[in-house]
Amino acid sequence: MSRVVVDVMPKQAILDPQGQAVHGALGRLGFAGISEVRLGKRFELEVDGELTEERLAEVRCAAETLLANTVIEDFTVRVEAAG
Amino acid sequence: MRIGVVTFPGSLDDRDAQRAARAAGAEAVALWHGDTSLSGVDAVVLPGGFSYGDYLRCGAIARFAPIMTEVIAAAKGGMPTLGICNGFQILCESHLLPGALVRNDRRKFVCRDQRLRVENASTAWTSAYDAGQEIVIPLKNGEGGFIADDETLDRLEGEGQVVVRYLDGNPNGSYRDIAGICNEAGNVVGLMPHPEHAIETLVGPTTDGLGFFTSVLRVAVS
Repeated sequence: MSRVVVDVMPKQAILDPQGQAVHGALGRLGFAGISEVRLGKRFELEVDGELTEERLAEVRCAAETLLANTVIEDFTVRVEAAG
Repeated sequence: MRIGVVTFPGSLDDRDAQRAARAAGAEAVALWHGDTSLSGVDAVVLPGGFSYGDYLRCGAIARFAPIMTEVIAAAKGGMPTLGICNGFQILCESHLLPGALVRNDRRKFVCRDQRLRVENASTAWTSAYDAGQEIVIPLKNGEGGFIADDETLDRLEGEGQVVVRYLDGNPNGSYRDIAGICNEAGNVVGLMPHPEHAIETLVGPTTDGLGFFTSVLRVAVS
């Protein structure tokens, strides 16, 4: 079994109200020097069997089909080393 | 005429959409998200609410509901299809309409009677209006900001695919004050405000919303 991590982030050009809300809260709590916060999602997929290139391609397809809306979000797929 | 209204787990406004269809003179047909048939309806409404809890993204999981295979095929084939609020989000996630709906720029859920201008009165769902007509119907959403890239926005404007536009202030940060759009053929319309909540003065601010439902009856007659 392998763990594949898909990170989904709002595109840079897209307004991220959640990130802005967190950024504002950080400022109010006195955490200075943070110029921007962007908030995304992390998916951890446990993949059965051997992680071949084909299986990884399927995960990328799943990320593009369901996990991310590529109109508004970018995603990255990476294999997490076995702990 | 038979108008199907799809109920997804988490739909809230399906009953109101059915009532609006009946008020317009149609037969309302309840459709279930797990259905694999449209039961021979002549038009489909995807109602407001929080389908599948709106987990992941609004409308993202509903887009893959069994009945959506039929809805997408029928919509591409010309069947009048209306998405209201969460239904609009589902239409965008289905790529039946371009763009996406994101969290309101003011980070608050907005609920108010919203003035709109009908920009395109030649779609399947707006032919009962006059182009330029101003109407007031309720708006209630937390993720109603319509966005698309400039090229897509220019195309929507140029091809007359902006159906309704916000007046008296933009409630959610939608690009170019866009409240609703249609596909190139004009049979698929999505909008964030709720025409089905404005069909009688007893419970709505106006009866301005009824025109969406009477419009589609004209399509069936013609």
